[in-house]
Amino acid sequence: MAMLEVEGLHTYYGHIHALKDVSVNVEEGEIVTIIGANGAGKSTMLKTTSGLLKPRKGSIRLNGEDLTQLRAHKIVEKGVVQVPEGRRIFGTLTVMENLDMGAFISKDTQKNKENLDRVLQLFPRLKERSKQVAGTLSGGEQQMLAMGRALMTEPKMLLLDEPSMGLAPVLVDDIFDTIRQLHDAGTTILLVEQNARIALQVASRGYVLQSGSVVLSDTAENLEKNEMVREAYLGE
Amino acid sequence: MNQDQSPWRYAVNIGLIGALTVVMLSLIGMVESFSKRDIIYRVVTMGNTLLLLTAIFLSYLAAKKAGREHAATAVGSAILTAVITAAGVALLVAIGKTINLRMVFINASPVLYQILTFYIGPKGIPLVLLGGLLSGLAAGLLFLAPPSIRKTIITALSAVVIAGVLQDMLRPVIALWGPLAKINLFLFAANGLSIKGAIGLFVVVAILVYVWGQKGSAVKTKVQGLPAGQQRNLKLASMLVLAFILLVLPKILGLFLSEVLTIVGLYVLLGLGLNIVVGFAGLLDLGYVAFFAVGSYVVAILTSPELGFFSMNFWTALPFVIAAGILSGVLLGVPVLKMRGDYLAIATLGFGEIIRILVLSDWLRPWIGGAQGIGQIPNISIAGYTFTTPQQVYYFILAGCLLVGFISWRLRDSRLGRAWMAVREDEDVAQAMGINLVATKLMAFATGAGFSALSGAIFATKIGSVYPHSFNVIVSINIICLIIVGGMGSIPGVIVGAFALVGLPELLREFAEFRLLVYGAALVAMMLLKPEGLWPDVKRRRELHIDEDENVAEAEEATVSA
Ligand SMILES: Nc1ncnc2c1ncn2[C@@H]1O[C@H](COP(=O)(O)OP(=O)(O)OP(=O)(O)O)[C@@H](O)[C@H]1O
Ligand SMILES: [Mg+2]
Repeated sequence: MAMLEVEGLHTYYGHIHALKDVSVNVEEGEIVTIIGANGAGKSTMLKTTSGLLKPRKGSIRLNGEDLTQLRAHKIVEKGVVQVPEGRRIFGTLTVMENLDMGAFISKDTQKNKENLDRVLQLFPRLKERSKQVAGTLSGGEQQMLAMGRALMTEPKMLLLDEPSMGLAPVLVDDIFDTIRQLHDAGTTILLVEQNARIALQVASRGYVLQSGSVVLSDTAENLEKNEMVREAYLGE
Repeated sequence: MNQDQSPWRYAVNIGLIGALTVVMLSLIGMVESFSKRDIIYRVVTMGNTLLLLTAIFLSYLAAKKAGREHAATAVGSAILTAVITAAGVALLVAIGKTINLRMVFINASPVLYQILTFYIGPKGIPLVLLGGLLSGLAAGLLFLAPPSIRKTIITALSAVVIAGVLQDMLRPVIALWGPLAKINLFLFAANGLSIKGAIGLFVVVAILVYVWGQKGSAVKTKVQGLPAGQQRNLKLASMLVLAFILLVLPKILGLFLSEVLTIVGLYVLLGLGLNIVVGFAGLLDLGYVAFFAVGSYVVAILTSPELGFFSMNFWTALPFVIAAGILSGVLLGVPVLKMRGDYLAIATLGFGEIIRILVLSDWLRPWIGGAQGIGQIPNISIAGYTFTTPQQVYYFILAGCLLVGFISWRLRDSRLGRAWMAVREDEDVAQAMGINLVATKLMAFATGAGFSALSGAIFATKIGSVYPHSFNVIVSINIICLIIVGGMGSIPGVIVGAFALVGLPELLREFAEFRLLVYGAALVAMMLLKPEGLWPDVKRRRELHIDEDENVAEAEEATVSA
């Protein structure tokens, strides 16, 4: 049994059928990526998994437990935490206040302190800028903060929505190094990316989403070799 | 405003705006009506001041556009702006003297032209232009003056204007001060300040401001340098002084002003409640008056012998009032949970109207009195002491404000307060951090509604009766405005906003017809000049001034948290 089992998901925005029978599995300790073009439904898939959107059909299970009907904040309590697309940090709070907000659900101050230390170790840049107002951070730093904030709850599973979006190549490498480190530390990660090249480098398996349906799923290695993927997503 | 516009071009543009403004102020009758009150006896009226301030303010902007490096251009464009503004007046007089504008503008009376030309008639037009020139020159020089001097002059002049505007209120108050009452004779003449009073006031305030400007920061650093224990004592002492002032205030102010204070206090209560909904949780609620109505009616139904249902006393009724408020808050909250921004505003607006129409309806008349309302609501009493006169009711409202202010303050820094903040900033992210969106929003609606119902109950007992027409949508709008002017999400801001938008108009009753105009102008000016409000919350300030010096924000935070 996989850790996360998403089966036959159908999600709608009013009449728009955004996800059509999407099934995705993630094993414990794995990095799995979902790649696809703009508007393919990647964010919709993540939002449905994290409970921000409710599917019309299909089921989401974590370690066998059904999450489909749970509200978003309950799913966070189960250990599934999403880092939304586009670095949505609290711009008017300082870096430290943002991280504190991340630990909202946990009242265990000792544990929060440990988690904070861990996050600051992972992102030394955040430590240097802990008193800075988050809205004035650079794009890369904001992405780090968004990830750091999500890590404050010590998630079992992290849902990352396009962490590379709008970042310079050097910064993208930095972020993906961190993703590898998180993986090494045992966090299971579901990664949504338009940048297929780098996503397939860190992931062990991947799904290709096209107009709301999964058209291909395989190991990352095979996907990198796949003719269609090479043409459509790797630009070769 | 276009950045690379030349300063001269800009000066002409805002000069034209100024001309339009002064012509409009004249034609709507504001100048004439304001001229009945002298700021300085037989020298300057409120009407003159209005025109003068328009000219000075706009020409100051023109000078600012030119910049300090180009002193001559700055003064020149300030003068240009002010002269164009004055030309608006001149033109109005010239046209008004040749054709009869009264057919269209009822306020374009001969008296108006007399006022506008210093009572000389058309021959005064050059004088008007000269006045423009001088005020432009003054604004330009003011802009070029070193900041400490500028601040001193502006504050001292404001003090004179405020003392003049509020003369009717200040005079009786000072008269109550026993031996100090002689100040009145020095300060005031028959109508407005006396010349020597105005000069004296200006000099005293100027000296105070200047000295504080020079020494103030030194005093502040000294206080901050004190050991923590002493700092706490100092804080305690200032709290005690403040408490003492609050306690003796009705004695100092007398009957009429105490009445004004109670009205301001009620709006502070309402504002604190709505501040939770709008300022903390970011939910734009335009139907807030509905909960005020619920509180008033519940207390009326439960206590009034006129209806003869229950005839409880206030304290027995109070828990029911709060419960009804909270319940109606949740009732409003549930259907609008998914709405945001403008949709929420419209839905809540509708809710407010529904409640008003319900209480007005013939259908509920047997129970809540329809258009006639409910009378004979007994006064509040504690242990045999009854709050009857405004001076007594003041204490009750003060206690209410302190309690609600304290609760607000504690809530803001609580877990719930942080959840509100997160929901306000970004609902999705808030949920992704494990915040229960539904519960958080409902708590905001419920808490705000509870406070509003409490103020409604106090209002009903203070007036002694309730009528549907007290619960017009304009009340909601007033409260929103005072929150915006004070500073969204800021607790002291609510108090400042209530004094500015509720207290001041009460003092200027005779100009009540211009109240909404002044409201609108004040809001527009606020949004342009100080969008974060008069006493902003630290985080809101950051939002609007994110590019400015970081240290400023941090230093301010340090002083606030100290
Ligand atoms: N709130 C919404 N209301 C209506 N339609 C929406 C909404 N959000 C997304 N959609 C539509 O659903 C489809 C999938 O959108 P989604 O955001 O999941 O795409 P995506 O794969 O994440 O794209 P991107 O790479 O640009 O982020 C798109 O056609 C989009 O227009
Ligand atoms: Mg997306």
